[in-house]
Amino acid sequence: MSANVSRITSRIWIGAIFSFLYLPILTLVILSFNASPIVTQWGGWSLRWYSELVNDTEIVNGFVLSLEIAFLTACSSVVLGTLAAFSLHRFKRFPGRTLFAGMVSSPLVMPEVIIGLSLLLMLVSVQRMFGFPERGLATIWLGHTLLGMAYATVVIQSRLQEMSPQLEEAAQDLGCRPIQVFFLVTLPLIAQAIGSAWLLTFTLSLDDVVLSAFLSGPGSTTMPITIFSRARLGLSPSVNTVATLTVAVVSVGVLAASVLMSRAERRRAQEMAAAYRSS
Amino acid sequence: MKTKAVQTPSVLDRLTRSWGRGVVIGVPMVFLLLFFLFPFLVVGKISLSEMEGVVFNDLMTWAEGAIHFQIKVDNYLSLAEDSLYVQTYLSSLGFAGLTTVICLLLAYPFAYFLARSPADQRPALLMLVMLPFWTSFLLRVYAWKMLLADAGVFNTLALAVGLIDEPLKMMNTPFSMVLGMVYTYLPFMILPLYANLAKMDLRLLEAALDLGATPWQAFWRITVPLSRSGIVAGAMLVFIPCVGEFVIPELLGGPQTLMIGRVLWDEFFSNNDWPMAATVAVVMVLLIIVPVALFSKSRAEASV
Repeated sequence: MSANVSRITSRIWIGAIFSFLYLPILTLVILSFNASPIVTQWGGWSLRWYSELVNDTEIVNGFVLSLEIAFLTACSSVVLGTLAAFSLHRFKRFPGRTLFAGMVSSPLVMPEVIIGLSLLLMLVSVQRMFGFPERGLATIWLGHTLLGMAYATVVIQSRLQEMSPQLEEAAQDLGCRPIQVFFLVTLPLIAQAIGSAWLLTFTLSLDDVVLSAFLSGPGSTTMPITIFSRARLGLSPSVNTVATLTVAVVSVGVLAASVLMSRAERRRAQEMAAAYRSS
Repeated sequence: MKTKAVQTPSVLDRLTRSWGRGVVIGVPMVFLLLFFLFPFLVVGKISLSEMEGVVFNDLMTWAEGAIHFQIKVDNYLSLAEDSLYVQTYLSSLGFAGLTTVICLLLAYPFAYFLARSPADQRPALLMLVMLPFWTSFLLRVYAWKMLLADAGVFNTLALAVGLIDEPLKMMNTPFSMVLGMVYTYLPFMILPLYANLAKMDLRLLEAALDLGATPWQAFWRITVPLSRSGIVAGAMLVFIPCVGEFVIPELLGGPQTLMIGRVLWDEFFSNNDWPMAATVAVVMVLLIIVPVALFSKSRAEASV
């Protein structure tokens, strides 16, 4: 009896939280097909706002710029994140380790207005002294990398911790140099985590408003900055269409990635099992 | 050539090893020092300087063969004297605290039930928690605007059904802002709690039950204390960013929801008062430095 009650409570609670999480997304998607120019007044189904989106140069240009920045950010964050995670995982003792660990993890929680403001004020000071850098794509990329690196480190570090240290030790005993161990053993084992970190930092960058607003210059308006300034003024049908397209791309991307990854993981497990059998 | 390398593998090996170690640690370290720590020092410096034309002056100047220091604490004084700033800091902390408590109350049972659900369902359920994470945060916050507006989805539906006679004022109130923050930060509370509860040793609970504890007692005296680190991590992940949150208060907040992130933004972008914005930032950092330190300590402990 009581087991039944707790199972029902559990179902209801889980269902309620999921509805809470997905209700806004569902609303965005449905209302993007609304024919009426007043977003929340239903005027029948229509693809009108999608066809208008193509001619919305502000959004289209911003989108291209955001994609470029997101791609660069994901690559640089993953490289730095892998190095940071590997350092923290492998070297338990080196001068400045506490400071290092603190600096790696604090961007996760530090309010973005603080990161954005401090980075901008530093860049302005540097610019006054040396005449560069100009604010634009590069400075936004820098800011996003700072944030992305923190997330990438967390994802990769947790994977490294799950990994059995014996695999690396075995490679070392068999005569691999540290760099060979890393590329032949460690990297393939954490490849999946690196993949998820790449995707996560890509979407993080594609979505960021605050850092971009501080670090963008004239002519480098990213898509979220445009969306944010429209959303501030009120409801706009163009925002709904962008939202729906994002949701579609992300769901397809995440699903495809997870299918590919679990398939790769399974293949790997099979190969390892086969290797054990033959030895 | 080949024999030489064989003769001195240990020296070569040791060299590449220490060199490699230096690069692996050094690259991210230098990056963080240059672009994370150093900017904070610059902000500290600028908060003590004065506007000069469109920029700020230097603290240290070289004139007539001597170094002149010029430090202005005026910004800090005006911050302390202006009750609006003080009130805004307090209300930011209050709203962040409220959001954290609500997130914990919603997330704890959820993470608990998730961790105790059948093992084959868990990956899919976890995936469903993560998925909103991957879709734009900005757009999801914007979606609440559509739901809560005076002529929004909720009001329209409730009016049509006859639940209410006139639209409820939900947008631009403390309610809408806290709702938006809870919504956005809930997954950050769920994930550490889930990670903690999923790996808990269930034999401890069995032992407690065998020794005569009721399930409720076992929950409060075994499960909750054991999940403390998950609670702390989740609370920090919600509380600290909420204190300085800007986008949610700007889109969903109203005149009653004083938030310091918005003040900083306005000082910088509207008033163009960079030293004042820097001062607001420095005081905000001082307010959250203890929780941030606790957070990075718990992360560092997790990595040992």
